Amino acid sequence: MFIFFVVLYGFYKKVRVYDSFISGAKDGINIVLRIFPYLLAIFVAVKSFQASGAFDFVKDVFSGIFLILNIPIEVVSISIIKPLSGSASLAVFADIVKSAGPDSLASRISAVIMGSAETTFYILAVYLGAVGIKKTKYLVPVCIISDILGIIIAIIIVKLIF
Amino acid sequence: MNTIWILLVSVSAIFSIVNGRLEEFTKSIFDAAKTSVEISLFLLGIIALWLGITKIIEESGLIHRLSKSFKPFILRLFKNIPEDHPSITSITLNFLANVFGLGNAATPLGIKAMQDLQTLNKDSETITFEMMLFIVINTASIQFIPFTVIGILSDFGSKNPTAIVLPIILATVLSAIFAVANLYLFRFTLNRFTVNRKFLK
Repeated sequence: MFIFFVVLYGFYKKVRVYDSFISGAKDGINIVLRIFPYLLAIFVAVKSFQASGAFDFVKDVFSGIFLILNIPIEVVSISIIKPLSGSASLAVFADIVKSAGPDSLASRISAVIMGSAETTFYILAVYLGAVGIKKTKYLVPVCIISDILGIIIAIIIVKLIF
Repeated sequence: MNTIWILLVSVSAIFSIVNGRLEEFTKSIFDAAKTSVEISLFLLGIIALWLGITKIIEESGLIHRLSKSFKPFILRLFKNIPEDHPSITSITLNFLANVFGLGNAATPLGIKAMQDLQTLNKDSETITFEMMLFIVINTASIQFIPFTVIGILSDFGSKNPTAIVLPIILATVLSAIFAVANLYLFRFTLNRFTVNRKFLK
């Protein structure tokens, strides 16, 4: 709808809509070429982390803590996977909903985490890669701390509301 | 990013040896190569599409109308942006795409915003505070209508799948506020630290 409106508005303003669309789209090719190496690097790190069993280890460590705090263990996997990979977190989320039931506490916390957290490392790689920034100062620690805070907030909110 | 990457890869390598999963480890790396190409191809399509659309928005002058209403807000957040800079519009569009859950559009528009912010950067290899703020807000992901999540919940037979909307909005707004506060806190502490060091010298 928005796209259609934009095209109509451009036509109304007597812009050569087709030509400007093409010239904009052309820039897209360069951007993708530039971010590709960064994407590759991030995927290598994330996939090997999952495959090597390191992911399971981290999960086990956190499971203990979550058990003490009376938080469903399923939340651990979604918390760790969400900042790393969008598609994988979607799969994990669907799995939690399926096994724990759609109206369970585990599903609700996971749903809030799905909705309020982002694939941080993917965004970092793509956005920084697109402009070739190498020195990121304190950005990465800020993002990681904020992610952890975000997950804690999600858990607290669900526990309070439901 | 350097540290994170080395950490992730070396931890993975060690774990794969300890767990005897060396084969899976190698396989996952080639798997990653394949996925990155697939994602890039997918990105190529949507980035080109959205940059084409933004170009029309720019040339038709729609951009001024869109950014006008958000300008005071953006300028208040990003203090070092000149008043008529194109990054105001790209940041606005990226925020709108995030809020309305147009995940596909958010990334290309975010990249555009980063490039616009880069034009204000004096040292092209070092990040500016504006860029950090922009990325932090993006990673906190302000999203108001989580269609995918509601979709999955109702697919598996939730009695009231939209009950999740309010908690998500609360969580997303709160975590965004905390993330931005966190960034400012880091800047404040580090600035103070460097001032103190200079003072001691």
